[in-house]
Amino acid sequence: MKTSLLRIQAIVIKELLQLSRDKMTFGMVIMIPLVQLLLFAFAINTNVRDIPVGVVDHSQTALSRVLQQTVSATGVITFTHSYHSVKAAQAAIDSSEVRAVLIIPKDVSQRLVRHPSVGFGLPPSSKQETSRPIAQWLVDGSDTMIASSIKSLRNMPLSELLDKPANRNTPTFEVTLLYNPEQRSVVNIVPGLVAVILTMTMIMFTSAAIVREKERGNMEMLITTPLAPLELMIGKIVPYIFIGIIQVVIILGMGYWLFNVPFNGGFAQLALATLLFICASLVLGLVISTIATSQLQSMQMTVFILLPSILLSGFMFPYEGMPEAAQYIAEALPATHFIRLIRGVVLRDVTVVEMGFDMLWLIAFTCIGLLIAALRFKKTLD
Amino acid sequence: MDTKNLGDVAISASNLTRNFGQLTAVSALDLTVEKQTIYGFLGPNGSGKTTAIRLLMGLLKPTSGQVSVLGCNLPQEANKLRLQIGYMTQKFSLYDDLTVKENLQFISRIYGLTANEQKARLSELLSVYQLTKLSKQLAGSMSGGQKQRLALAAAVLHKPKLLFLDEPTSAVDPQNRREFWEQLFDLCDQGTTILVSSHYMDEAERCHKLAILEDGIKKADDSPQALITNLPAKVVEVQANDLRHIKDNLTKLPQVISAAQLGTHLRVLIQESVAQPIDFLQQQPCLSTKDKFTLVRASLEDVFVTCTGKEAIAR
Repeated sequence: MKTSLLRIQAIVIKELLQLSRDKMTFGMVIMIPLVQLLLFAFAINTNVRDIPVGVVDHSQTALSRVLQQTVSATGVITFTHSYHSVKAAQAAIDSSEVRAVLIIPKDVSQRLVRHPSVGFGLPPSSKQETSRPIAQWLVDGSDTMIASSIKSLRNMPLSELLDKPANRNTPTFEVTLLYNPEQRSVVNIVPGLVAVILTMTMIMFTSAAIVREKERGNMEMLITTPLAPLELMIGKIVPYIFIGIIQVVIILGMGYWLFNVPFNGGFAQLALATLLFICASLVLGLVISTIATSQLQSMQMTVFILLPSILLSGFMFPYEGMPEAAQYIAEALPATHFIRLIRGVVLRDVTVVEMGFDMLWLIAFTCIGLLIAALRFKKTLD
Repeated sequence: MDTKNLGDVAISASNLTRNFGQLTAVSALDLTVEKQTIYGFLGPNGSGKTTAIRLLMGLLKPTSGQVSVLGCNLPQEANKLRLQIGYMTQKFSLYDDLTVKENLQFISRIYGLTANEQKARLSELLSVYQLTKLSKQLAGSMSGGQKQRLALAAAVLHKPKLLFLDEPTSAVDPQNRREFWEQLFDLCDQGTTILVSSHYMDEAERCHKLAILEDGIKKADDSPQALITNLPAKVVEVQANDLRHIKDNLTKLPQVISAAQLGTHLRVLIQESVAQPIDFLQQQPCLSTKDKFTLVRASLEDVFVTCTGKEAIAR
């Protein structure tokens, strides 16, 4: 037992020494979370703003210009172009000059006064007139995110155009937004990024671990020593656990200071969940490492795991919206469970005990993976 | 083999065979290596030396045959054997990005040396293998000879009873090679059995016993002296004009095993059945009595050529 610990220690020290001399890898430990956090947190924004749009103003009145300014004031769109005809506007959408065009009809003022939202009441004789909208949007619907942003303008209040008090309908449902009342996407993205970045770096580091020894010829020496497979595996994992923790601190720290991501949960809860996920990812990398025959192959397999971890784990798209088959795949990925855990702990102050299933799943994944990696690693050259 | 004899045997293998698909790398190898001797595997590249060594270390499972190394039956007891053997690989297999000292510390931890043992053993090894001054240098930046000394130091760190060296001097100059062999004899003197593979004749000649391998088959197996004395061929050195032409003509004769040019001489190996080799050569049309003929002592190279060349002619 004592000699076994000594052998694990030997591998750990060796890995740390090698890592300290490999400046590129060492730089990646810090730079990957830093750069990716800044990149993703700024770039990924589901609240679309300032969509470039055009206008076709058939009316050319003061009202039509005020209408444009009111729409523009929402911040969702910016008028960048003006067209004379609907045809020209459509061509502009085709060529991606603008994403949408607002068409204001000649009789916009008549339509506006009869519009129910303006609140003059319904003129009894002309029901058909009242149902006419005051203007029309032509939207490039291929991007659903842009389309739904413009769709959200459909019921924007217009009464201030006529200096009337707002006359909103009573909503069907009262909605209370917990945990992220301002609906900022960073709040959801930063904890998710912890999962994505850890998946990437942890699997990448260890998937190369065993293969590298094979490629450089060190394996032939290692297998003639009394080193047991499990000792080698554990020794390979331990140094990277610390690296994983450094990365988590960077991501959550920056998220807190730079993006004001609230930090509601307990540190112990977070540490426990993160540690388990780091172990699960490292073990997954080790399994890859015992399958791959070159470092290139191990990289390719890492990407193969990384992509579903980004797309299916609930980081980008809600898990509930995926078809059942995709949910099964997502369920198999450690990232899915960790994203639930970390969002729960960081944003909602849930204890890990309340999310016991995800914790147990990560523990089981780690143990089984370690066993598979150790069994797959043969101490012969056959 | 009686019981007393068994205690003196480090390696005994019988009918050892290993196939890689269609290829037979080692074929029906019988081997006995006595303790505290240096045993050599001599053979051209691809003759199965490395495979044979790996089989004897339990790194490869034999297709058929029995191996017993230091009383352990392979491959079942390979793990038990690992603490008692040292291995120096053909290619440098320590870590290029660790220093000399870090590499040795790594190995000593792997073999479970305590901190005090480690300190004592490391300073001993560093001085024996002249690495003290290099102890802080990265292994990857050292010369071939220095790397080889480090590899040997690492292989003997845990004081193995049996040492396997796979072409240990292939990247080393002659001066370093001499020193290396001095170190091997020191180890042997201290009780280590050494099995070394090589394709250098001068190295093979230093071994206590030697096996000549070709295409995975053992062609001869004895002490270098006995191999030379028992060589079933005679060696004649010929001095004449147009040696290339003579060589081409002579090698066509069935009695001539080989002819090789050495500077101004032609070294001709003639089968033992030819009673008067000089007369035989003088009668050849390409040579005349005016040329100079000398009967010389056979060398290990002649033994090697005879052993491996016969097969080539038979084919």
